[in-house]
Order: sequence, then C-alpha cells, then structure tokens
Amino acid sequence: MPPAPKSGDALFASVDRVNAELFTLTYGAIVRQLLTDLEEVEEVNKQLDQMGYNIGTRLVDEFLAKSNVSRCVDFKETADVIAKLGFKMFLGVTATVTNWDVEGTSCSIVLEDNPLVDFVELPDTCQGLQYCNLLSGVIRGALEMVSMKTEVTWVRDMLRGDDAYEMRVKLIKQVPEEYPYKDDD
Amino acid sequence: MAIAESCVDAVVMEMVAVYCGGLYAAKPELAARRIEAIGFQVGHQLSERYTMERPRFSDHLEAIKFICKDFWSELFKKQIDNLKTNHRGTFVLQDNRFRWLTRVSLDPYTENRDSTENDSAALGDTAAQTTTMLLYFPCGLIRGALTNLGIPCSVSADMSNLPACSFVVRIKT
Repeated sequence: MPPAPKSGDALFASVDRVNAELFTLTYGAIVRQLLTDLEEVEEVNKQLDQMGYNIGTRLVDEFLAKSNVSRCVDFKETADVIAKLGFKMFLGVTATVTNWDVEGTSCSIVLEDNPLVDFVELPDTCQGLQYCNLLSGVIRGALEMVSMKTEVTWVRDMLRGDDAYEMRVKLIKQVPEEYPYKDDD
Repeated sequence: MAIAESCVDAVVMEMVAVYCGGLYAAKPELAARRIEAIGFQVGHQLSERYTMERPRFSDHLEAIKFICKDFWSELFKKQIDNLKTNHRGTFVLQDNRFRWLTRVSLDPYTENRDSTENDSAALGDTAAQTTTMLLYFPCGLIRGALTNLGIPCSVSADMSNLPACSFVVRIKT
C-alpha cells in the first residue's frame, strides 16, 4: 500500500527552505535586466513564461518525489493538488481553485498572497508587463510533464490594481500515456 | 516567510541558461556582465535590509566580516570558512562547500564513463562554462552588498577546488 499523500504543512516542513527575500529580489532584478535587454515588454513576457516553463518541468519531479501524490485521475484533481500542495510546498502560500466551467476543463487558481511581488511597484512604462509570467509558465511546464497540455493566463493581477492574483488554467489536451510495458498500477 | 530552496536554485540556474544559452550565447562577456549586474542589484538590496538596525561599520574589515558571517548565513545557512587578507585591500573569502556548487559535477569521466574522450571533454567544458557563469551572480551579490556599505570593489571567483569556492575582493582606492 503506498503511503498517504502528505498534507500541505507536512510538505512545507519537509523541504529545505530559504529566506523569501533572496527569491523575490533575485526575480525582481532578473525582470528589470530583461526589460533593459529585450526592450519590448511582450518579449519579456514570453521570456518569463519560457523560463517558468523550463523550471516547471523540473520542479514537478521534486514535487512528485516528496509529496507521495500518486496518479491524479483527472484535471480537476490535478488542479486541487497544485493549489493545496504545490503552492504550499514551494512558495509557502495557499491557493484556491474556483470558477470551474461546465466541462471541467477550465478553472481559476487564485492567490491572495504572492511572494514574487513583495517590494514591487511597476512604473507606467511597464504597461502590459505580466510580472508573474514565471509562475504561469511553471504551472504550464509542470502540467505538461504529467501529460496535460494547458494554456495559462493572468486574469487578475494586484500589480495592475486588482484585488487578487488569478490565473485561468485551460486544459487543451490530455495526452494518454503510452507504456512499452504493462501497467501494474 | 520562507521559500523552498529549489525555487531559488531553479530561478538562478534558469537566469544563467537564458543569458548564456539564449540572449548572449555568442557573447559570453556580455552574458557575464548581465548576470553580475543582477547579483549586484540583489546584493545591494539585501545588505540594506540586513543592516537596517546596525550601527555603521567602523572600517573595511568590519564590513567584510559582516559579509562572511551575517550576510553569508542568511543566504547560504553557514558562515564563510576562511578569511584572508594581504592588508592592502585584497580579501579572500573561502567557502569550503559553496551551496550553489554542491550539486555541480565538473568531472566528465564520472558522468560519461562510456563517452569518447572528445565528447567527455566537450561536456566537461560546457559544465565548467555554466558554472563559471553562475559564479558571476554571487560575485555580484558581494560587490553589491559592499558597495551599499560604502566600499567600492571588484569581486572574482576561484573554483579550482570544487565544491570549495574562493571569492577575491579587491577594494578600489
């Protein structure tokens, strides 16, 4: 019998942690440097998303190794696991899943607290910058590694005056896994 | 508030990949400068936060000791292992087990025992290059922190004894 999945708090306690300021300030300095190097805000958005995607494809391994989560049966369960366990394990914050569509293929993940943006103020010259695109890229990358191709967009952003951070996650395609051997699960 | 360490590692490694493999793939010197500039900005801000409630340092050695003890402990959970100086403005800070290098292997034969010698050398060179680029970030952290404390300097890294790493601080006069 496989061990039960760890709770969010147990997961939080089980990984090495560092002061969030190093993470927040490093990310901020990277964004600022990219704005200088790439000139176009839309190019920065793409670069942040790609960076996040690459990171997500690697973090999912650590998550699966430490969380005891076994295979999720559908997209709904996967979204719940990300919100309840994934965000707690990595960022120390809680996220909420809400606004499911009828088909169960689109939902929102809402953060009231977001460590990426402590100390951040955007000047008027950064209209259109999706500051947290790293985060949406991470979600997309992680989900793709478990065979779910998604589209993730920001629909609410406190840096733009909204009251929370809300990502809309839409399942584009779920690729059945094909094994060269018989599945013993 | 605390973040999983793997998030910091991932962001730092991805920054290096973006600048060395993407934006400035053919211009390593420009990539290095960008990575160091990011580290400088972060170090500058962090030293501001870590020294908010402290009196001003009385001399350069006091500020360097702050880097070795408090600054390093905040970032890497341990102090610098050894501090040397020539008493003429150069300090060598040695970390015997630098946290960001403990998961890096530069021995191609260990990883690719079955590769041909040429392949191994190429892979080793790539790993060494990436690690060299990564070290511009902590060099920038140190330079940014010291500059914020009123000590303009240049900082370089020596990783000839992995996972030990030495940071050479040369104070500008």
